[in-house]
Formats: sequence, C-alpha cells, structure tokens
Amino acid sequence: MSDATAKFGAPAKVPAWVNLILIPLVNLLAAFILSGAVILIVGDDPLQALEVLIYGAFGYPDAIGYTLYYTTNFVFTGLAVAIAFHCGLFNIGAEGQALIGGLGVGLAALYLDFMPGWMVIPLAIFAAALFGGFWAYVPAYLQARRGSHIVITTIMFNFIAASIMTYLLVEILIAPGGQSPESREFAEFTWLPYLHDFLPFPNTPLNLSFFFALILSGAFYYFMWHTRWGYEIRVTGQNETAARYAGISPARNIILAMVISGALAGFVGVNEVLGVHHRLILDFSGGFGFVGIAVALMGRNHPVGIFLAALLFGALYQGGSELAFEMKTINREMVIVIQGLIILFSGALEHMFRPRIESLFKRRKATATAEA
Amino acid sequence: MELFQIIILLLDATFRVATPLVLAAMAGMFSERSGVVDIGLEGKMLGAAFAAAAASSAAGSAWLGLCAGVVTSLALSSLHAYACVTHKGNQVVSGMAINIMVSGLTPTLAIAWFHQGGQTPSLSGDARFQPITLPFADAVREIPVIGYTYAELISGHNILVYCAAASVPLVAYILYKTRFGLRVRAVGENPHAVDTAGISVELMRYKALAVTGILCGFAGSYLSTAHGAGFIREMTAGKGYLALAALIFGKWKPVPTLFACLLFAFTDAVQARLQGVELPIVGVIPVQFIQALPYILTVLLLAGFVGKANPPKSIGVPYIKER
Amino acid sequence: MTSHNTALELRRVNKWFGPVHANRDISLSVDRGTIHGIIGENGAGKSTLMSIVYGFYQADEGQIFVNGQECRIDNPQASIKAGIGMVHQHFMLVDTFTVLENIILGVEGGARLDQGLAKARKELQRLEQEYSLEIDVDAIVGDLPVGLRQRVEILKALYRGAEILILDEPTGVLTPQEADHLFRILSTLREQGKTVILITHKLREIMAITDNVSVMRRGEMVAHVATKDTNREHLAELMVGRSVLLQVEKTDAHPGKAILQTRNLNYVDADGVQRLKDVTLDIRAGEILGIAGVSGNGQSELLEVLGGTRKPTSGQVIFKDEDITHSKKFNARDLRKIGLGHVPEDRHRSGLVLSFSANENTILGYHDLPAYNKGTTLDHAAMISTCEEYIRKFDVRPPNPHLQASGFSGGNQQKLVLAREMEQKPDVLLVGQPTRGVDIGAIEFIHNQLIRMRDAGAAILVVSVEIDEVMSLSDRIAVMFDGEIVGELDARDADETRLGLMMAGIREKNGSPHAQQDETVA
Repeated sequence: MSDATAKFGAPAKVPAWVNLILIPLVNLLAAFILSGAVILIVGDDPLQALEVLIYGAFGYPDAIGYTLYYTTNFVFTGLAVAIAFHCGLFNIGAEGQALIGGLGVGLAALYLDFMPGWMVIPLAIFAAALFGGFWAYVPAYLQARRGSHIVITTIMFNFIAASIMTYLLVEILIAPGGQSPESREFAEFTWLPYLHDFLPFPNTPLNLSFFFALILSGAFYYFMWHTRWGYEIRVTGQNETAARYAGISPARNIILAMVISGALAGFVGVNEVLGVHHRLILDFSGGFGFVGIAVALMGRNHPVGIFLAALLFGALYQGGSELAFEMKTINREMVIVIQGLIILFSGALEHMFRPRIESLFKRRKATATAEA
Repeated sequence: MELFQIIILLLDATFRVATPLVLAAMAGMFSERSGVVDIGLEGKMLGAAFAAAAASSAAGSAWLGLCAGVVTSLALSSLHAYACVTHKGNQVVSGMAINIMVSGLTPTLAIAWFHQGGQTPSLSGDARFQPITLPFADAVREIPVIGYTYAELISGHNILVYCAAASVPLVAYILYKTRFGLRVRAVGENPHAVDTAGISVELMRYKALAVTGILCGFAGSYLSTAHGAGFIREMTAGKGYLALAALIFGKWKPVPTLFACLLFAFTDAVQARLQGVELPIVGVIPVQFIQALPYILTVLLLAGFVGKANPPKSIGVPYIKER
Repeated sequence: MTSHNTALELRRVNKWFGPVHANRDISLSVDRGTIHGIIGENGAGKSTLMSIVYGFYQADEGQIFVNGQECRIDNPQASIKAGIGMVHQHFMLVDTFTVLENIILGVEGGARLDQGLAKARKELQRLEQEYSLEIDVDAIVGDLPVGLRQRVEILKALYRGAEILILDEPTGVLTPQEADHLFRILSTLREQGKTVILITHKLREIMAITDNVSVMRRGEMVAHVATKDTNREHLAELMVGRSVLLQVEKTDAHPGKAILQTRNLNYVDADGVQRLKDVTLDIRAGEILGIAGVSGNGQSELLEVLGGTRKPTSGQVIFKDEDITHSKKFNARDLRKIGLGHVPEDRHRSGLVLSFSANENTILGYHDLPAYNKGTTLDHAAMISTCEEYIRKFDVRPPNPHLQASGFSGGNQQKLVLAREMEQKPDVLLVGQPTRGVDIGAIEFIHNQLIRMRDAGAAILVVSVEIDEVMSLSDRIAVMFDGEIVGELDARDADETRLGLMMAGIREKNGSPHAQQDETVA
C-alpha cells in the first residue's frame, strides 16, 4: 500500500522541527547558493550582495518600514494561496484577485466619499474582499460544478483581470483631463493611516494594513484548526472521498476556500491602493500574487511560517532595490531569480532533499530505540 | 480590392503573430500529451529568446542564435523533467518556478553582459532571420488575387514562420503515425499500461519534454531573432500562456490547436487594426476585450460551454508504481 | 530437479515491503500445457508473487527458472522476452486507443507504425480465429465491455509470444457468461500447449478448470496438489488454515421491526450502467443482515446509496417508517444525526483521513455535533478525551490519540472507524468489509462487537466478499448478483454451495435448495 501521500507536503514521522524548520532552511540555502552562483557569473561578489541586501532590508528604520510594507502584501497573498492549498487547490490567480480586489477598494473610495472616512475605509476593505472573492468564486464554481481545471482557469482570469483594469483605467476611471491611465486621487480622509501618522516612525509606506494582516493571520489559524469549517476544508483537501463519506460537500468547500482565498488576495488592494497610492493605477499588484505561492510553500501553509516567509520576501524586495544602487551589475531582478529558485527548491523539488534528511533522522531514531 | 488587401494584410500579420504560438503550442503538445502539465512554456520561450539574441549578437549568426535558444530551452525543459518526473514534484509549481526564475534571470544577465538596461543590442543582417522571397513571387505579384496572395501572404516570411507551418503536419505525423507518438500518447493516458508493456515511463516523459524544449527554443528564438531584432525584457508577454490556452482550446490535437493559434493571432491582428474604429451596430469594441478574448474563450471551453475538452487522463499526476 | 516438462519454477522466493514479509520462501513448479491454480485469501501474497514473475517487482531473494533456464527478471520487458504474459486484475489498457494500438504498444516493430500495424492485424486475425476470441481490432477499448477488454489483454500477451499466461483474479469483474467464455478460451490455450496460471480466491473456479493447484496463506505456499485429488472443503481448510471456518459465538437473534427498508431501489451510475436493480430489503432491529456476493455486483453502490453519498435513480428508502427518499435528510450528514452509522468498505479511501491525527478522525462526519463544538470553536479537549475513550474501549494500539491515522496498523485503523460509528449508538449500522486487511485477533474482536451491538437492538447490514464472514456473522443472508438480490435465506439454512450458486447468479426455484454438488465440474 503506497502511503497515501497528502496532496501538498506529505506528513512524516520525524521530529516536527525537522519538517518545519530544517527542511525549509535547507531548501532556502540551496536557493541562496544558486543565487550566489548567478551573482558570481554576472561578475559581482555574492557575500557583498548579501550584506547589502540585509542592510538594505533591516539596516535603518526606513528600510524596516519598507520591508514590513512589502511583508504585508506577502502575508495577504501567502494566506490566500495557503487556504486554497489546504483545500487541495492551486490558486495561481491571486494576482488577478488582488487586482480586482483593488478595483473594489478604488470604486468604494471614489464613489462613496460622500460618507465620512470611518465609514468609507471599512466599506473599501469590505469591497476588496467582495471583489477579490468574486474573482475567485467564478473559477471555483467552474471547478466544483463544471469540472474545469482551476489552475488553467485562474491563469486565464489573471489575464482577463488585467484587461479589465486596463480598460477601466483607460476608458472609464481615468482622472478627468489626465494623461496616464490612473484614477483621480482619493479624498484624503479615505486614506488608510500610515504608521508614521500616529507613531514616531520615519516616513514610509507602512500603514495600518500591516496590523490587519497580523489579525488575519491569527484569524486564519483559528479558522483552519479550531472551527468545523476549517476542518471541513482540510478534510476536502486531504481526501475528497472521505469528505463525501462524512457528509462534507467538496463542491461547497472548494467554493468557500477559494472565495476566502480571493478575499485575502484582494486585501493587497487595501495596502496598495488605500494605503499607499491613494488612487487606482495599473499593475499595482506587482507580482505579489505569484510571490504568494512561494510564501505559502515555504511557510508550509501555516500562518507563522507564512509570516516568516513573507518577512523574508519583504526583505528581499526592499533589500533588492538597495542592490541596484550599491552593486555594479545587480538589479532588483536578481530578487526575482531568488524568488524563482525558492519556489523551485521548496516547491517543485521538495522531494529532493526531504527523503534524505528524513531517512537520516529515521535511522537515528531506529538505532536509538534499538539500543534502548 | 481595398477590402481584399486589408484582409491579406491582416492574414499576413496573423501568420507572424501565430508563429511563436504554433511552435509553443506544438511544444506543449508533447509535454501535456505525455502527462506532464507545462505552464512553463512562457519561461522556456523567454529563456530561448534571450539566449538566441545574446548568442546571435555575439556570433553574428542567427543560426547560432537559434542553437543557443534551443539548448537553453532544452535545459529548462530538462529541469522541469527532473523536478516533475524524477522527483515527482508538483508540475504546476515547477512550471511557475521556471517562469519566475527566467523572468528574473534574463534581465539580470542582459544587464550584466550588454549594459543596455535589460535588452540585447539590436540585431541586423545575418544576426537576424531575414524574409525569404519564394520563387516567382515578384513575377506573379501582378496577377490579381492568386498572384498577389502568393507574393504578399505566402512569400516573404522568414524561415521560422515556414518551420512553424511545417511543424503542425510533422507533429501530427509523429503523434499518430510513429512509435514515439504512440508511446507518448499512451504514457499520458495510462502510464501503468506503458510500464507493464516494458517501457520506462520516466524515460518516455523525459523524451517528450526534450521535444517540448526544442520546439519552445524555436518559438523563443523567433521572437528575438526573427520577429524582433533583439531581446527586450518580458518580450514573451504571456504568449506562453496563450499557447497553452490554444493547446487546450484545440483539445490537445495538432490541427485544431493550429486553428486555435490562428484564431488567437487573428484577434490580435484585428485588434491592432480596429483601435478606435467605429463598427456598425456595436460601436467601438474595446481593445482590451479583444485582447482578453482568447482567455475568455478558453475558460468557456473548459467549463464545457463550447464543446468539451478531454485532457489526457493522467495529466498532472506523477507516476508512482503502486503496491 | 527441473524436469523437462516444467514451464516455470520458483525457488525460495522472498519479498518484503518494508516490514511486511509479503512472500516467504515460495517454491513453485508449474507443468507445461496445464492450467495451474494459485489460490489463497485476499492478501495471501498471490498477486505479489505473480508480479515478481512478471518483473513488475523484484524478489529480494530466490530464483526463477523458465523452461529449465534460470532467468533474471528485472522488468516486464525481460519477462515478456522469457515468454511470460500477464493479465492484470486492473487492465493495463489505454482506453482511448484502438484494440490494435493497445496490442502493439511496446512491440511496435519499428519507428513507423504503419508496417507494425499491418503485421499485427494479420497476426491477430490468426490468433483470434485460433482461440475464438471474437474481437474487433479497430474498436476503441474504452467502448468495449469488461469481458472483451480482458480478451484484449489475453491477445496482447499472445501477440508478444507468451507461452506462459498469468491471469490475476480474472473473473472478479466478469458476468458468469463471460467467465464461462474465458474458461473456454483458457481450455483452448491449454490444448495448444500453452501454460496458464490462474490466480484466484474462488474455489469453484479452481475445481472447474485447473489441473493442479497451489495454496497460499499469509505469504507462504502451504500446499501443492493435483486438482483431481482434492475437493473444495480440503482446499478451503488449507486456505484459511483451520478446519472450522470462522465461527462466531452468538445466540439466536430476536429481530424486531424493520428500521431501514428499501423498496425497488435502482441506481444508474454516471456511465449509464445500472448498478442496482429493484433492490428490496428490510434491515431489522436486533438482526444482522449479511450481503454476500462477488465484489463489483452492486454491494458498494448499495452501501453508498444507503449511506447517503449517492442518490438512487428510483425506488424508495424508508427509515424508521418514514419515506426519506426525497427528504432533505437523505444525505450522509443528516442520516448520521437521525441514527445511521456507516463503516465504509475502504477505510483508506473514505473512512479515514490518513494524514490527520486519530482524534481528528474521531469526529469525521460528526464534526458538527454540539459535543465537539463550543459555539464556533472546535472543542479539542472533547475530541481528545472521546478518542481516548474509543481507544480504551476498542483496545486500539498504540493508545495515542495524537498519532496520525496512517501510523496505525490496518486492524487498529479499522477499530478507530468502528468505534467512531458504533459509539454514537446508531439505530442502523452499515458495515462494508468489516475485517478486510485486519489481523486475526482483531477480526474476532470486531465480530464480537458487532454481535454485541445487535444484541443491544441495533439493525446491522454487513457487506462482505468473504463468504465465511457473511455466513458466520449474519442472521439472515441476501445474495447480490449484477445489482440484484438473487436470493435471501436464513443463515442457518445457508451453506457454501447454496450461496456460491446464488453468487453466480443462479436463482433458487421457490426458495428450495436444489444444490447440485458437481455442477462445477467441467
């Protein structure tokens, strides 16, 4: 009987820390070593690059602000991809869901600003969830009820979302008299407060969404492991036949998980549109949706892991822009290389190091018990 | 005559836009028919486009560029095979990783090597595939309709366009009339049957992915050394995904896939032409709608609203010998 | 040692799967031109052994001789070369291919297909006539009925020049007519000098067609006999290793009123195959109703319909005097709430989530009961204490509610499922294959639990392909064949022959047994 391996990340009987810490670190190390090789090839010093990167990400207060601002986005998309993974689904469409979520934010801020700020902001956040959730609902519905493959549908929906945004910004929402495809600036009272608005903190894009992301991480943990709805999603993801046997509708849970996933991805719009740009622009999602895949994979679909992975990528993004200034030949694209390598090692090649490391510990355990 | 000329020009543009789609879709055909999902067509094309332009600008030969493109794409395809076949990794994740890695690696290397902000130097002369004038094209140009069509539409493309055209019957032949094709199709439908017939499932998938790599190399090289004159960052701009959509829309069959590619390319050509043009009844069709049309159609097809697509039965599932 | 008439010989073959010793010191000798049966219960190691001969697995120790020559069989290719062909239990065919394409897969005879196909077409026509296989080589395999697909597999082996043909449980999926046809084909093969190895757990087939028979039990070869020198009773004894078939100690049942009833229940699956035909059953309080039948005759679908995971096409389901067929309650979740427990046939596929801990599996299907929830929050403390209670009552080992379900042995996994379904004290319990893949000690325990539950007044439906189990456990037995109930009888009147006939689809005339003892002798 082949061990019925779980769809994402097979469980194993080794100490938990091996699974949760050692293996991700080994994968990360492999990705960094290869990235270092790339830096050598382009003729720079990898160690110096690392130094610049770390300093650029954490070395001074502004840097920390920027790092945490990026982290916020990655927590949202990482959680989004993770909840879909828990349901056995691959949501490759967080990018599009983030865009449409941002559209919801923008529409709320543009057209509801006759209300006071304390009403518009919650409504805009709600709109992000609603729009992002809707953009995930359609592929989920098609998968659950009509059997189309969610990976392909969500890829297609990314492109469709980009087209819709371009159309709206070029033709409809463009600021009167404006030249570039962006909306007018929102009324200032609808902006999400920056951290530096109420704390002695340098001027950075870091805003209240960061705390929102932390709250959602906690909520995610509670929902996934401490409610029957999370339980149903996990059963569906691990074993659909068992779910059906237990009276759990896979279709319902696929749709539920994806709608939550889309809503989470939509919150990128809160951070970017309501928190930073204060207007609708093109491409504010900046690939964050795809990074979410790496974050979820590295974070083992657990909010704590996701936060740490998001912090790593936040640091890479922020430190990466520093690289372009400090180093001769490296640009921030280097960060995308690292990102790709991390997805490769902690996702696609996750079975490369794992069995070896696990057998190392199993053998050790076996000899230990034999001696006992 | 005016309308006729417009149509010919539209079709001419269609062929040029369709070429990389056809090559990439035929590439994807082998991977997907052998049971390995390939959303990494985009990355392989981009990698090949960069390698081809880089080698071509260094060596001054488009052919050497093509070789470099093919080798690069082959290497990326082998990486995909190593992750998905040898280590039974998630095929979507692997494709994604390749796409992201290449989209970072190409500008990084381009900046380091060429110092032109992520581009390669502009290619000209032998470093680029030039249009080929077919025999008698000039002689028959004046003959109405047929002669004009021959000269304008059939003649005057570069060699890779004709390669793309030839690839479809070739792929169909390989897939349906050769041992290799039979085995590729079998391994994507029921790898257990292949295994018990004494054929290595892993080796078959490696071979299929090698063909995918080669064809993707052609597709990418076309972009930078034939259609364009050098590499520009993100120059594939979603064409790999569009090829994947065409493959699905063509139900994983060569000829219908060709028509899907032509349809998608045609909408693109029309879109370029229709910008701002007022049509009767419908008025101005937003460009973005036409751009999104291939994706919308694919979604509708997959949902069973336009015919029914039956993917290879074992697609996406790593082969594990069961106890 | 090896006589010139020996087609296949195995010497001291051993195979381990992890800690499981699947084949222990197996020796076997098969004469050329005979049909050799290998019989044993499910899980006795028959299929593993034959997969080794076919090169699908490699033996850890031991030798294989084909026609007196020692052979290294490292892969199917080597085995095909040695003249061995195999028809697997699950057909190894590509559904979208034609018969012809399937047959030449792997032996295409050149890089281009056309010559190979033409050659194969000719050769197949000859083979077909020779063995009267009656098959259209241009048909798409996916469109063919199961019996014909099996013949494609046989053709495939013959086309590869097989002299030794291994068939693994070939009749499990066949109708009796198809099985008869298969046996005629096998006889023809024998006449032509081919050697056939028939793996089965059905005594009837062994007696009907084989020349010699080898018996396997728990990974070991326990006997080799000529078929004419033995009988079913003797073989059965060898197979289970006891003279008395599993006997459960129980008193007579005191059936009460029917709790779960079906009336003319029909179910047609997504492929349009009618899986249940006019099934009418009464499951009564204080009684165990056993369903006997060859697997694949609608038992699984019956369980799934009654368990609420499939909707019947027509007919009625009556639960506690209420017709629930069209009620909202008729789904897996609500049925549990109104008193129906369900132990599924396959605990790995449906009964458990293997990657979850034991305590998370404790609430599967019951996860929205107030006992496990405090408002919106799952009550982990309650889950763990319930799980500990189940572990204690059902003697599950190791007694660790945090261990992943995959970490328990088959018997202990089954106990976890049984505990979950029985401890809710349902009025009706559906049990599929109660002891499949369960060790002997646990079997007795499980049987006793079921009896105790019956005595407490529950209505129990047991589906099992193990005829002994049905006979020893049930108070009343219904036999299913091809989706229909072909007969129903008191367990005290049941014997293996009567049941065997009914399982083959032969109805009894007005309920009186007319067993023909030598009906099976060809």
